[in-house]
Amino acid sequence: MDPALKRQILLEHYQNPSHHGLVEEEGYIKINTNNESCIDNLDMMYKIEDGKIQDIRFDGEACAISTSATSIMIDTLIGKTLTEAKEILKNYDAMLNEREYDERLLGDLNLYCDISKQPNRKKCAFLPFESLNKVLENEKRNG
Amino acid sequence: MNREDFPILKNNLIYFDNSATTFKPQAVIDSMVDYYTNYTANAHRGDYDNSLKVDIQYEEVRTKVKDFIHAKSEREIIFTSGATDSLNRIVFGYMKTHLKSGDEVLITKAEHASNVLPWLELEKEIGIVVRYIPLENHIVTMENVEKSITEKVKVISLAQVTNVLGDVRPIQEIGKLCQKNHILLVVDGAQSVPHFPVNVEELGIDFLAFSAHKMLGPTGVGVLYGKEKLLEEMRPLEFGGGMNATFSSNGEVEYKSLPSRLEAGTPPIAEVIGMGAAIDYLEKIGMERIHQQEIELKKYFLERAKEVENLVIYNPDLENGLIAFNIDGVFSQDTAVYLNHYHICVRAGNHCAKILKEDLFVKNTCRISFYFYNTKEEVDELIRVLKNTKDLFQIVLS
Repeated sequence: MDPALKRQILLEHYQNPSHHGLVEEEGYIKINTNNESCIDNLDMMYKIEDGKIQDIRFDGEACAISTSATSIMIDTLIGKTLTEAKEILKNYDAMLNEREYDERLLGDLNLYCDISKQPNRKKCAFLPFESLNKVLENEKRNG
Repeated sequence: MNREDFPILKNNLIYFDNSATTFKPQAVIDSMVDYYTNYTANAHRGDYDNSLKVDIQYEEVRTKVKDFIHAKSEREIIFTSGATDSLNRIVFGYMKTHLKSGDEVLITKAEHASNVLPWLELEKEIGIVVRYIPLENHIVTMENVEKSITEKVKVISLAQVTNVLGDVRPIQEIGKLCQKNHILLVVDGAQSVPHFPVNVEELGIDFLAFSAHKMLGPTGVGVLYGKEKLLEEMRPLEFGGGMNATFSSNGEVEYKSLPSRLEAGTPPIAEVIGMGAAIDYLEKIGMERIHQQEIELKKYFLERAKEVENLVIYNPDLENGLIAFNIDGVFSQDTAVYLNHYHICVRAGNHCAKILKEDLFVKNTCRISFYFYNTKEEVDELIRVLKNTKDLFQIVLS
């Protein structure tokens, strides 16, 4: 993809992220994601019903990469089953760490395919997925 | 000034993160290489020439430190691994056995984690109560210190200079107040000792902690200063070689006198020697001159910063070499990544003062911290880059 177009999409997600703002509603699992850099701070909430991600909301302060990745991750995950979400997580992680992955599963998350060239930003791009990881572990324990 | 003495400055780099750590002059590097190359030996051990030379060098640094902070005696100077280690020894080696449940310790919400977490741990362990002196516009005022003192307050523990905003606390006045009220004054000097003259006697400090690497020295070494009568009662946190006089299998143990009793194991000899070279270097320039140069650089930055739109500066009125800022609407880390693109190093985050945000209402800031080797030309380059941020997100997101 044209780098300028790619940056434009990311910037749009950063400035107008999807599903921004938490809701006062029952049925959500709340998770806080603190980056190990100790600077980003995202509160996430997941609504999962019948093994499917119905909704995700987020709020907090984070860098442009983390925020845009959160927005794109949410767009990608809503409507997916937990099994599908797990596959997306696995492949996204593989992409960030330069292992083989299936780009067909990742949609706009493919926009971060070059982030592995900037090791100090990998954590930022992975930050929202830390919360998904916790959700999946929770579900496994409870399920 | 003195830029030619710092080999790392030959790289194309503008380094404004001196509160985190400082660059090392050739003289410091050489002193450590000399020890490793020409006279490696353990301290306090052998009778051969090199061992004796190490002993002399090592103990000479103690005298240098003593003179540098105007302590009374070498027995008041303990070498540690750094300010964090020093503070932990104060809390767990002294306070743990001298405070009791219900005793109060005053700190502030602007302290570094190293001056918060040990106290919170001790609170859990023995039931002391940690209280926070209210800040006035982020600053410690004498009025608020006085108001915070109760009969239960046994310790006040403060950074002399905070690492987020760089405000200088009125330690001398607080020292007098402490003396009057029989309160021990613990000072975290990590951000003050490297930047201006510190006189523990004049200031009325009971314990002082600082690190060598923030004042041109190597990492892994720092200083614990304590009044002699206090250190006499400090329990070592480590036991082993170098600190015992005699021991026998029936459990009879006698420990050495100060300072050896508090320095178990082989010390960081090369690092201590490096710290000595750093002190020599700083004294040659003069601590007052260093302080003035930093203030001058901040003044110059503030003057030029008027040309930059959307710049929010949180501590313009504080006279120091530290600037906390954000570009309006830009997350601090993105600003730091953007500046890095132009080889300008600044720190973004909450600077290990995680509870300050409760008072500052800003969670994260970018921090510029000058040292004397920074220049106005470097500030000019920073301003040029800050004025031209239209491509900031292009850079951050690419």
